[in-house]
Amino acid sequence: MTTASGFALTGVSFAYGDTPALADLDISLAPGKFYGIVGPNGCGKTTFLDLLTGGKSPDQGSVTFMDRPVAEYRRRDLARMVALVPQDFAIDFAFTVQEVVLMGRHPHIGRFASPAAEDWHQVGTAMEVIGISHFKDRFVNELSGGEKQRVVVARALAQQTPYLLFDEATSSLDVQYTMQIFNVARRLVQEEGRTVIAVIHNLNLAAAYCDELIFMHKGHVAASGPTDAVLDPALIKQVFGVESRVAFDAFSNTQQISFRYWS
Amino acid sequence: MRHSGYKIWLLTLSLAVATFGAIVYATGMGHIAVPAVEIVRVIAARITANPALLAGMDPVFPFVVFDVRLPRILTATLVGGGLAMSGVIYQGILLNPLADPYTLGVSSGAAFGAALALLANLSMMGHFSVPLFAFVGAALTLLVVLYLSSFNGQISANTLILSGVIVGAILAAGISFLKYLADEQVSVIIFWLMGSFASRTWLDVGVVAGAVLCGLVLSLYYARDLNILSLGSRSADTLGVESTRVRWILLLGASLVTAVCVSVSGIIGFIGLIVPHLMRFLVGPDNQKLLPVSILAGALLLLVADTVTRAVLPVEVPIGVLTALIGGPFFCVIFRRRQRRAR
Repeated sequence: MTTASGFALTGVSFAYGDTPALADLDISLAPGKFYGIVGPNGCGKTTFLDLLTGGKSPDQGSVTFMDRPVAEYRRRDLARMVALVPQDFAIDFAFTVQEVVLMGRHPHIGRFASPAAEDWHQVGTAMEVIGISHFKDRFVNELSGGEKQRVVVARALAQQTPYLLFDEATSSLDVQYTMQIFNVARRLVQEEGRTVIAVIHNLNLAAAYCDELIFMHKGHVAASGPTDAVLDPALIKQVFGVESRVAFDAFSNTQQISFRYWS
Repeated sequence: MRHSGYKIWLLTLSLAVATFGAIVYATGMGHIAVPAVEIVRVIAARITANPALLAGMDPVFPFVVFDVRLPRILTATLVGGGLAMSGVIYQGILLNPLADPYTLGVSSGAAFGAALALLANLSMMGHFSVPLFAFVGAALTLLVVLYLSSFNGQISANTLILSGVIVGAILAAGISFLKYLADEQVSVIIFWLMGSFASRTWLDVGVVAGAVLCGLVLSLYYARDLNILSLGSRSADTLGVESTRVRWILLLGASLVTAVCVSVSGIIGFIGLIVPHLMRFLVGPDNQKLLPVSILAGALLLLVADTVTRAVLPVEVPIGVLTALIGGPFFCVIFRRRQRRAR
C-alpha cells in the first residue's frame, strides 16, 4: 500500500521498554494534503511523528519517505524535506527570536558558509507571516509560552520544506493566533501543494482544517479517511469515551462537533 | 549590553592583542626583571638559532626567559583557553549554563590518578608519571560516566550530569582515603590538587597546545550544530543535526582537552564556568562567536592570575585556590545581578 511518494508505514510497532506505544500500524500519507492526527492523551501521536522524522526507529515494520526508508536518509537531507514543530520548547540560552528562526535555515547553509540573501529573505518572510517581526530582537528565553510557540512555527516555515509536521503546535495559543497559524498551514497546502501532518487536540479545529483525519486509540489506528466521512459520534465515543453530535455548521462552513457537557 | 557585528570582532581582536601583550609583559616580571627588548632578543635568538643576538646580555636572561618563565606562562595561557573552551562546549551540550569542564567528574578522576601516583611515589616515568596517571584517571572516569549515562547510543543531559556527580562523589571518597593512607606525604597530594604551573616544561606546552588546537578545530567545525543542540535533540535532529554523533564527538573532545589541562596543571576551578558565562553576556550564545572570545579571555585570565601569584604576591598562592577565591565571589555577584534583572 505504498504510494508514489509521501510517507508509508507498514506493520510498524514501537515500544518504550515493555510498554507498547504503537502496534502493527499500516498507513500511508499522500503528499498535498492536510492530515489531522487525533486521539486521547498517550495514544502514541507524538511517537508517530517521531517515526516520521526518524527521531525514533520502529521496533518492527518499516517507515518510508518517498519510497526510501527514513533511517537511510542523512538528517540534513531529511531536514530539507520535513520540518517539525515540537510540542514543547525549552531553552536556557539567550538567542534572539531572529537567531532561532534562522536555525531553520541550517540544513540549507553550508558548514562554513554564512547565511545568504535567500536565507535572510526566508527568515524575514516567515517572521512576517507569523507576525513576530516586531519582537525579532527579543530573547527567546524571556518570551511567553505562546510567543515561543509562534517563534518555533516561524522557524519551521523558514525551513521551506514540502512536509510540515505539527505536534500540538498551538496548545498555548489563543483562538486568534491558533487560527492564524492554521490558516497559514491551510494556505501552504492549498496554494503550494505542501503536506501538513498535525497532531490536534481540538476536534472542531481538526474538522475545519484537515482533508483527512487519523483517529488513534491505544497505539492503533481506529479509523482514517476523508474528514467528512470519518467524523462520527460512534467513533468519537469509542476513541474518547464522550457523547457528541456531528453536524454541518453553516457559520463555520464545516462539520462541527458538539459535546454533551455536564448537566 | 550585548554587542553585535563589528564590536564582537573588535572584542576578539583586542583580547588577542591583550593576551599577546600580557605574555610578553609577564615574561619580564618576576624575581629577576627582564626588559621587554631582551625578551624579544632571547626569543629571536632561539628561533633563528643565532647566539650572536645574545651578545652583551646578562647570561641569566636567556635561561630565565626561555627555560623557566615562557614554558610556565604559555602553559598557563593554553590551559586557561582550553578550560574556557571546554566550559563553552559542556554548557552547550548539557543545556546548562552552570556546567563546567569538571561537571562530568573529569577533575576527580585526574585527582585520583595523581594522588595514586604521588602516594605510590611512582617515578618510573620521572617527571611525567603524575600527569600521566592524572590523564589516565580522567579518561577512565569519563568512560565510566559515559557508559553509565548512555542507553542505545543515546545520551541525555540530565543523566550525564547525574552520573558525573555520582562518580565524582565516589572518587572524592577515594581521594580522601588515599590522603588518609598517605600520612606524612599528604601535603604533596594536597598541593597537587590545588593546582600549579611551577616548573612546567616545553613538553607540557607542546602537549597542551596540541590538545587545545584539536579541540578548537573540532568545536569551531561543529559550532553551529552546538547552537542548535541547545534547542534539545528532538528539534536539533529535525533541523539536520546528527545530534547523537555531534554530542559524542564534542563531549569526548572537550573532556580530553580538560583531562590534558588537569594533568599538567592540577585542578583549576571557575575559569571554565565564569569565562563562558561572562562572554555569553557580552557576545550572546552563538558559539561561533562565543568560542574564540572565551578561549582568549580564559587564556588571558589564567595568565594574569598565574603571574599575580608568581610575581606579585609575596608568597606563591596555589593557582587553583586563587582562581576559586577571586572567581567564586565574582561569580556570585554576577549571578545575583542577573537573577535580579530577570525578575
